[in-house]
Amino acid sequence: MSTAERIAPSYLEEGFSLRSWLGTRDHKRIAILYALGITFFFFLGGLAAALIRLELVTPAGDVLSAETYNKVFTFHGVVMVWFFLIPSIPATLGNFLLPLMIGARDMAFPRLNLFSWYLYIVGGLFTIACLLLGGVDTGWTFYTPFSTMFSNSNVMLAVVGVFVVGFSSIFTGLNFIVTIHTMRAPGMTWFRLPLFVWSMYAVALVMMLATPVLAMTLALIALERLFGVGIFDPALGGDPLLFQHFFWFYSHPAVYIMVLPAMGVVSELITAGVRRRIFGYKFMVWAIVGIAVVGFLVWGHHMFVSGQSMYAGIIFSILSFIIAVPSAIKVFNWTATLYKGDISFTAPLLYALGFVGLFMLGGLTGLFLAATALDVSLTDTYFVVAHFHYIMVGGSVMAYLGGIHYWWPKITGRLYSEAWARFAAILMFFGFNLTFFPQYVLGWEGMPRRYHEYLPQYQVLNVLSSAGATILAVSYLLPLGYLLWSLRHGARAGANPWNAQGLEWTTPSPPTLHNFEETPQVTGGPYAYEQP
Amino acid sequence: MSVTVRHLREQFDDAVQQREASTLGMWAFLTTEILFFGVLFAGYAFCRVMFPEAFAAASRHTDMLLGTLETAALLTSSCAAALAVREVQLGGRRAATWLLLATAALGSAFLVMHGFEYVAEYHEGLIPGLRYTQHGPHAASMQLFFCLYYFITGFHGLHVSIGVGLLLAMAWRTHRGAFDQDYHTPLELTALYWHLVDIVWIFVYPLIYLIGRAL
Repeated sequence: MSTAERIAPSYLEEGFSLRSWLGTRDHKRIAILYALGITFFFFLGGLAAALIRLELVTPAGDVLSAETYNKVFTFHGVVMVWFFLIPSIPATLGNFLLPLMIGARDMAFPRLNLFSWYLYIVGGLFTIACLLLGGVDTGWTFYTPFSTMFSNSNVMLAVVGVFVVGFSSIFTGLNFIVTIHTMRAPGMTWFRLPLFVWSMYAVALVMMLATPVLAMTLALIALERLFGVGIFDPALGGDPLLFQHFFWFYSHPAVYIMVLPAMGVVSELITAGVRRRIFGYKFMVWAIVGIAVVGFLVWGHHMFVSGQSMYAGIIFSILSFIIAVPSAIKVFNWTATLYKGDISFTAPLLYALGFVGLFMLGGLTGLFLAATALDVSLTDTYFVVAHFHYIMVGGSVMAYLGGIHYWWPKITGRLYSEAWARFAAILMFFGFNLTFFPQYVLGWEGMPRRYHEYLPQYQVLNVLSSAGATILAVSYLLPLGYLLWSLRHGARAGANPWNAQGLEWTTPSPPTLHNFEETPQVTGGPYAYEQP
Repeated sequence: MSVTVRHLREQFDDAVQQREASTLGMWAFLTTEILFFGVLFAGYAFCRVMFPEAFAAASRHTDMLLGTLETAALLTSSCAAALAVREVQLGGRRAATWLLLATAALGSAFLVMHGFEYVAEYHEGLIPGLRYTQHGPHAASMQLFFCLYYFITGFHGLHVSIGVGLLLAMAWRTHRGAFDQDYHTPLELTALYWHLVDIVWIFVYPLIYLIGRAL
């Protein structure tokens, strides 16, 4: 382990001034900058969620007025989607690990990388300004003509914020694509890439190809608000449905921006946790690519009841069923990887297993919604809310936290408290299910989403859900506590505390500025664990 | 050799890798540009199918002569940009500088001509939201055409303006001797970007000025 000996200072010791951080080009420091921003927005969005759950404890709308409630759930959606979920894994773990995993010194475009972070922050400031000046009440989807003609809230500021942060993800995607294509170490062929890198490649493609459509659509909204005319204006013969097509052309692939990285993380976590080669590596790769490609062709399933043609509905429905196939392949392969594995229930593996279970439940209920006949009665009910929270919160957030735990020793050079981490992971799993499983039932029984009051018959399940949300909040605050504690008091981590495979574990913890003393030579595929 | 080392950034192993990364980066960026414009073209296609007569009537209000001259200016400029790259590859710094200046000048001429169009359209009352004085059976839906027209040409004009700025910077750097046979990637990528601006216009020109005009 000659490379693991401390020769140069770690990236954290390269400079201690504020300037050395805010002007850094180092992908690892930029990842830390993102992590700070993302954590802030996660708890901000979580605060909005807490208000929503508080309001829904009683059937009457007593805590928040209807208008305020609209603003709160809009803020929750906008912040969680664009300022937490989309950048979460790619911008933090992806930025940190991508060059390390392929044996590169940095991203292809380090300055562009830093610029992306500044765009993220500027977009965030617009969103916070929007909140401080009274918020926005359109829902995170900005549906026309409400957003263009009728809403009296700060639509412009919110739209500008999302527009700006969109460029952050376009440039991040571009950087990833170029880095993976041109910066791989000698011998690191495409089919020797860790699955996390493959997931970053797929997600970068989606970011690059889908986000421009959102940006342009939001620009059209802004102009329509500004000048009072535009192509979505029904008075001129323009079509609000066209807006929905454009919006979901981005926003459905955006769901895969959120979940593909999670799948990549989980593949790393499971192989390291059970010390087994991934089952069906090539199937996993093609499943990632397949999800990214087919993900572009299913957006119409958000519009089954919006008035799109019946035939379009049928085609979108079939395509939505098809995309379940690669997702299922992944679940089967993760499960098969566990078989005869040397399973140790460390916190990262607990998170990963939690992901698989919750993702499966979220995915299967997605099939309910992909069925046109069933969707008519389930549209805009809590069934939909529960479905996408299972994927995004149960899936992506679990995987994100699992990844943070797994690579924490690499990022910080410290070990966290494993006992606390396991407790938090298990608490999170139960808290999550208590929060969101009742919402499936509520939706099935017909409770609509986006209202601040409801019929008294739904109260029991709503109280259960709010109670679960409290547990969930505790389980999110716990890692914040013990992870920060470990920065000062945690034991020092060696280069490879998990005894895991992967180039990132051949570098010292934390790595040096240029990651590798000399460019590594790759001679085999990933996950070369000894098979039993 | 010394020239290529001078320009090599520390994250790359050698000049070839750096060149490949920069080129792929530009191509990837141009792909995103196509999607930016793609939204507008999709919106145009949708509205045109919904209101064919209104779109034909509206397109008759555009200035075909100026539009054609603009097209000629932009196509010629793209040729000049390509020649400039070739000159640098062959070592002709002086000629390349002049060709780049010519490209920028033609790009500016494009913008000026379009400015005249906008002014004339303002006087004619064709700008929805600012000054729209049209009457008749298609007056309402014609606004969809004009919204798209201003948005597409405005967004394209923004690209032309950025391109002119980049071309001037490249002309200056060429003049100062920053590029030679071994190293001229920024120049090549600027030309690539300029060709995209050109290609987008090749689609915009018939959509705005030509289709349905004779109906």
